Amino acid sequence: MAEHVIIKTVSRLMIPFIQLFSLYVIAHGELGPGGGFQGGVILGASFILYAMVFGLEEGRKRISRKASDFFNPTGLFIYAVIGIFCILGGGRYLEYDRLPLIGNEILASQLGIYGIEIGVGITVSAVMTTLFFEMARRDDD
Amino acid sequence: MVIDFILLFFVVVCAVASVSMKDLLGSVMILGAYSLLMALLWTRYNSVDVAFTEAAVGAGITTVLLIAALSRTFRHEEDPEKPGQSIFPWLTRIARLIPLGVVMLTGAVLIYGTLDMPNFSDPAAPANLHVAPYYIEKSVPETGSINFVTAILASYRGYDTLGEVTVIFTAGICVLILLRRRFHG
Repeated sequence: MAEHVIIKTVSRLMIPFIQLFSLYVIAHGELGPGGGFQGGVILGASFILYAMVFGLEEGRKRISRKASDFFNPTGLFIYAVIGIFCILGGGRYLEYDRLPLIGNEILASQLGIYGIEIGVGITVSAVMTTLFFEMARRDDD
Repeated sequence: MVIDFILLFFVVVCAVASVSMKDLLGSVMILGAYSLLMALLWTRYNSVDVAFTEAAVGAGITTVLLIAALSRTFRHEEDPEKPGQSIFPWLTRIARLIPLGVVMLTGAVLIYGTLDMPNFSDPAAPANLHVAPYYIEKSVPETGSINFVTAILASYRGYDTLGEVTVIFTAGICVLILLRRRFHG
């Protein structure tokens, strides 16, 4: 889509707002509809939109292969480590009330949910981006 | 109530159109419209989180990924069989009717099953009497999360969500193993 000026201009304008909205959805999973999964999908979709409009090579310059490979397991790791912290704080696995060094049980639970939503968002967005980049046909295929 | 039937009608139209179309790209786009209509239906039933997921995943990402998969194959479906190729033409004609019969039978059984279900939004339905009141009453004091769908997914059913993220992660790893070219770039 190298010559489509309208698509390029509109997506260049839209992508920052899509990404901001995705971060809002991840952060407000506790308060309203949405959460890590939906927000992560929207964040991944913004990268995919960029790669579709400007080409796969240009897209890989913005989110490199190394970066998406790194973030694939990072979110899952964050999720699992939060569960282990709960054990260290004297609770069971993923019992957020017992997160150490916070004290207040409700606050600990909220922070735990917040943390795992971020983890889910990171993994989902990275996996969606990876799926698109690996599945779409390149010019030299 | 009328809007429900209009939406359901268009859902059925989209489903039939996407199956019967020979152009796979058009079929994928109609599937996207189907997901968007389903998202509207979920919103009508006040399940906003499900609607959000349906709109983001069903109408958004799945469509794009299917188009990406189509870019590696052909756009048009081939004709299943040409007349005169088969030795027994009447046999293939009968064989084509078998799936129709299976689908009709399954649909009839499903409709028969819905007759036993409680009415929509019936407060005495078993689903509304079992654990739902517990979550509605206790989720805010126990987890501090105002949206109790998130409280269930992240806190009460935290293991399930961990498993789901593991599934997504595994899918990503599998695509990497299968499709990434090793001796290139």
